[in-house]
Amino acid sequence: MGIKPVLTRDFATENLEQLAVYERTGGYSGFKKALEMQPDALVDLVKASGLRGRGGAGFPTGNKWSFLPKGVYPRYLVCNADESEPGCFKDRYLIEESPHQVLEGILIASYAIGCNLAFIYIRGEYLPQTEALERAIEEARQAGYLGRNVLGKGYDIDVILHRGAGAYICGEETAMLTSLEGYRGEPRLKPPFPAVKGLYGKPTVVNNVETVCNLPHIVLNGAEWFKAMGTPTGAGTRLWCMSGHINRPGNYEMENGTPIRELIEEHGGGVWKNRKLKAFQPGGASMMVLLPEHLDVGLDFDAIAKAGSLAGAGAMVVMDETTCMVDAARRYVKFFEHESCGKCTPCREGTYWMANIFDRFEGGDAKPGDIDLLLDIGYNIDGRSFCPLGDASTWFPRSVIKFFRDEFQEHISQKGCPFKKALQEAVA
Amino acid sequence: MPLAKPTVAQIQELAARYPSKQSAIIPALWAVQHEQGYVSDEAMGEIAQHLGLPPSLIEATASFYSMFLTRPEGRHDVVICVNAPCMLRGADEMAAYLERQLGVRDGQTTADGAITWHSTIECLGACGGAPMMQVDHRFEENLTPERIDAIVQGLRKEPAPHGAEPKRTARPRVKKAQS
Repeated sequence: MGIKPVLTRDFATENLEQLAVYERTGGYSGFKKALEMQPDALVDLVKASGLRGRGGAGFPTGNKWSFLPKGVYPRYLVCNADESEPGCFKDRYLIEESPHQVLEGILIASYAIGCNLAFIYIRGEYLPQTEALERAIEEARQAGYLGRNVLGKGYDIDVILHRGAGAYICGEETAMLTSLEGYRGEPRLKPPFPAVKGLYGKPTVVNNVETVCNLPHIVLNGAEWFKAMGTPTGAGTRLWCMSGHINRPGNYEMENGTPIRELIEEHGGGVWKNRKLKAFQPGGASMMVLLPEHLDVGLDFDAIAKAGSLAGAGAMVVMDETTCMVDAARRYVKFFEHESCGKCTPCREGTYWMANIFDRFEGGDAKPGDIDLLLDIGYNIDGRSFCPLGDASTWFPRSVIKFFRDEFQEHISQKGCPFKKALQEAVA
Repeated sequence: MPLAKPTVAQIQELAARYPSKQSAIIPALWAVQHEQGYVSDEAMGEIAQHLGLPPSLIEATASFYSMFLTRPEGRHDVVICVNAPCMLRGADEMAAYLERQLGVRDGQTTADGAITWHSTIECLGACGGAPMMQVDHRFEENLTPERIDAIVQGLRKEPAPHGAEPKRTARPRVKKAQS
């Protein structure tokens, strides 16, 4: 347990973003080994490793691959680098530090599923990271890792780097495919799942950046090695993005199952300014709030779910005792309102009204019935939206009402934010 | 303002790169914004022409994505994130400071045309360095009032990020094609 650098093992190496340096650390030997294997054996290996998707849902990667219908070509791999979850900045780090590791993972996944054209969908705001990947692709092409008849093994693969333009919804896999096809990034109905009918109507696998970064290591070291790390249902490590009221914010690669306490108190250096921990979120904007009593929960999909939240994309947002939980929830709700694509009514209208009511709380105009009104709107969005964006917009605010209802009541009785008032009085 | 030849060539190359030419819409919009600083109706029409798609389709896509600007803005784009992880580390105070220093409100452009600034609720992926702002396409993290001063001063002198300022300087007239 604890810090376990697997994906980040060589990140201290200077110029790791260069192909020659990456190769010296063992880079592309995973891909070379993969090319010696039968694609099906590779799928079985990843299944046996227990690797689960690192994008948020935690779906087993090998299973996802095996859903592709037999004999239907072409098929596509899309690497999801549209990292936009508030609190999350791990994919950016993985790309900046080692773009070739991302690319090698993509090549392995492509070979395993029999894909000859892969895409990387990267968010528009990550321009330097886009350029880093562009350089890596060019270097790899020159070295013969991609192109026609790769390394003389008769396998053809090309990678297209596709830059988004500012839409959180495009991180949802079907919206990503719609966006890649050039349309407004609206999600599609599932089923059919992308594995059956994805990009351009062809079988498609969408894998997160961190997920594919695990592949070279699994191929080189084997399923047993991978499974030996982490928990029985959560093999391996994850990158945790620490932000908020913490002494040492940043990315930490932790073995799955390590207690949250160790991440926050030891590696993150504890809550800043010697203040007390009030709450934290283990999965970014979407996920339910947890309390100090949950500090001994393990960093693991299932353990965090059991505690009443979700590990999501691995963003740990820490909030100290001075945090206004109503305002924190307000920001997230406004984020979802801004990012709702407008396709379905519960999400489009629901997030708008939740944002309005939250503004009433912060502005001192909230009425006694407004807390229950928020819960009622949340109830009518969750499970009734077209895609998970709507559902997720309600999880944090509803959990905050559950644990911090008194703060909402204070906002009503004091006609405004008690935390801001306290701050202004302290300054005056 | 018609598109420059290299941009047109780039759009044509993009159309051939993807299995479907429609997939070239977003990269084509980027190419245009890179050249002209924003995407005008006229430019969308040109994209449509080069891709052989209806102009309505180009506009439908362009209007969905928040990074495409449909009217000219200042030479530099400054965006400050005020989502919760940044808010926890003082983003509101930094936004208020930036507003005071620039003397224009959220969403406006300074009188000298140097800077358009706005706050955003969209997380930019730099929570570990909060408070942060995006200056054109680079991230400035761990902001303090002093750092904001230095950045703003630099931007007032710096040219637009993509070479010259095509949207402000006059371009040589393109000769009308002989018909």
